[in-house]
Amino acid sequence: MPHRTFFWFILPSLVAMALFIAFPLVSVVAQSLFVEHEQVLIESEVCDPFTGCRKELTVDAVATAQLREAQPLGRFNGLGTYTDLNHLAFAEVAEAWRTSEGLVDFGGQLMNLPFYKALAFTLTYTFVVTPLVIVLGLAIALGVNGLPKLFKGPTIFVSLLPMIVTPLIGSLILFWMIDARGIIGSSLQELTGDPNLSLKASPALTWLTLIVYGVWHSAPFGFIVFYAGLQTVPSETLEAAIVDGASRWERIRYVVIPHMAPLVVFVTLIQLMDNFRVFEPIVGFSAAANATSLSYFIYADLTDINARFGSAAATSVLTVIGVAILLAPVLVRTWRDFNRKRA
Amino acid sequence: MSAAVTRRPPAVALIATVLVVLWVVLAAFPFVWTVWGSFKVQGDFFSKADWTYALTGVRTMAETGSPFTGAGYEGAWVEREFWRAAVNTMIVVVFTVIISLTFGTLGGYALARSGYRYAFWLLMIALVFRAMPHITLVSGYLLPFFEWNLWGHLPTAIIVLVAINQPFTLWMLHSFFLNIPKDLDESAMVDGCTRFQAFRHVIVPVMWPGVITTGLFSFLLAYNDFAVTATLLSQQNQTMVPKIASFLGSTQVEGNVMFAVAAVVSATVPLFILILFFQRQIVSGLTAGAVKG
Repeated sequence: MPHRTFFWFILPSLVAMALFIAFPLVSVVAQSLFVEHEQVLIESEVCDPFTGCRKELTVDAVATAQLREAQPLGRFNGLGTYTDLNHLAFAEVAEAWRTSEGLVDFGGQLMNLPFYKALAFTLTYTFVVTPLVIVLGLAIALGVNGLPKLFKGPTIFVSLLPMIVTPLIGSLILFWMIDARGIIGSSLQELTGDPNLSLKASPALTWLTLIVYGVWHSAPFGFIVFYAGLQTVPSETLEAAIVDGASRWERIRYVVIPHMAPLVVFVTLIQLMDNFRVFEPIVGFSAAANATSLSYFIYADLTDINARFGSAAATSVLTVIGVAILLAPVLVRTWRDFNRKRA
Repeated sequence: MSAAVTRRPPAVALIATVLVVLWVVLAAFPFVWTVWGSFKVQGDFFSKADWTYALTGVRTMAETGSPFTGAGYEGAWVEREFWRAAVNTMIVVVFTVIISLTFGTLGGYALARSGYRYAFWLLMIALVFRAMPHITLVSGYLLPFFEWNLWGHLPTAIIVLVAINQPFTLWMLHSFFLNIPKDLDESAMVDGCTRFQAFRHVIVPVMWPGVITTGLFSFLLAYNDFAVTATLLSQQNQTMVPKIASFLGSTQVEGNVMFAVAAVVSATVPLFILILFFQRQIVSGLTAGAVKG
């Protein structure tokens, strides 16, 4: 296709992506270098007959509003936002490193810093949910593959529900069930014999709940992809393997697994991307006190009454860097494949 | 496949069946339970005394005189004006899907037919964009949108959702167009069509299965979105998902939780119907990306 025709065909998509994906990324970097204006204060002397005169600071609301109007970005702060207490917190980390007794203590101190707390949860969630989705998805796919044909359709229908449902809604449904007065919550209290057991109270249980939700929500995706893969396992190769006397395990090891490997890579890639931006479950489970993710951290800054755009932007930039690190192996591999194909 | 290939030892078959049954229960039960519970009063659905109240509806009987009540639905739809959010959702979703698909078919077609290196790079960039958490993009829009008075309107949310949708749409349609033989449109061009005419008269009539599948996923993205609609829309333009989230702020009042439960069930119904009718397309769409790598 000539360059010119290609250009006109792709133009609408390109404009949309440039304006609303590429531009915001630039805008985020710019915003992260600024912080909100401080309030303009007026110093005035207040005198009264009993205590004498003293100086008092009051907020000049008009001047503050004017300043914000004139320079909406705020004042220039350089990389200050990145290193402050709410982000990378260099000073506090160095302090913790010097004073801590051992790595565990150091880790514990890091978890008191909001950014590291969010990062820790996001990474834990991503790297626990992703492998579980693959294992569970594969197990269900193998199970469904052996079912009589009559049951396959309805099973797939039911399986799609947790994945298709709006994440916020899915997490709310589970949240209500694990409530101390909900069916799962009260059953757990019965089972453990602890009438005060609450899945919302402790950080560990909250993390566990969110991870269970994540697996419940994403396992169908792994299942569907692997199930479709199982339908296309080359049957001639399998039959040939039987003729050659391959055992069941050998057939799985040398025929099925190599056939499924690219699908595992695909599911892993998509799951890493999607789990890294975990956000809605934290809103749905009202879990912010015990578990925050990077996305939630940004959302909280943005929706605060004094919207902290600078802080949100700095977290966004750090998150984007995280995504880039996550995707780097895939991109490098694709780049090599592409060059090999051309060579 | 011959029987010898698929036969399994009984122990394996048993474990597999138990696993599938367990999974089906895990997947379906929360929905069944919540739909059932949405017709009860709060005292039954969140029962301190005995969870079987939710089944028998003891409190619902005592409070309303019948074992089922539509009070939650009435409260959500009429009193709290959930219908307004439903209308907004419909507008946002319909326009997002139509615009996404229009842009996406043109772009995806071009990417599938161009053999140049830059087409590959565009796809790679789209993949990177696909990985961006939506909320990081939102934090880039919010301040400019406030400044330019674009914040709060439905068209703003629609165009943002279209853009966020593009990387995925491009990838998916690109792989569908690769499956349509090149000879088809090239022979039309030999007969004197321009590239666009060939696209319009030869490709468009045969592309619908791919477009419908892609459309389903665009629909899901727009319908399920929370990050964009919760932050970019004003109170009266709110769509369903942020509206449900806003119900939660007021759940301390007795009965209001049931508004949220009813709203959640209402918002799930369209998705349920969608799977019912388009299960095959959803499955093929999920796997299309996988097969193409």
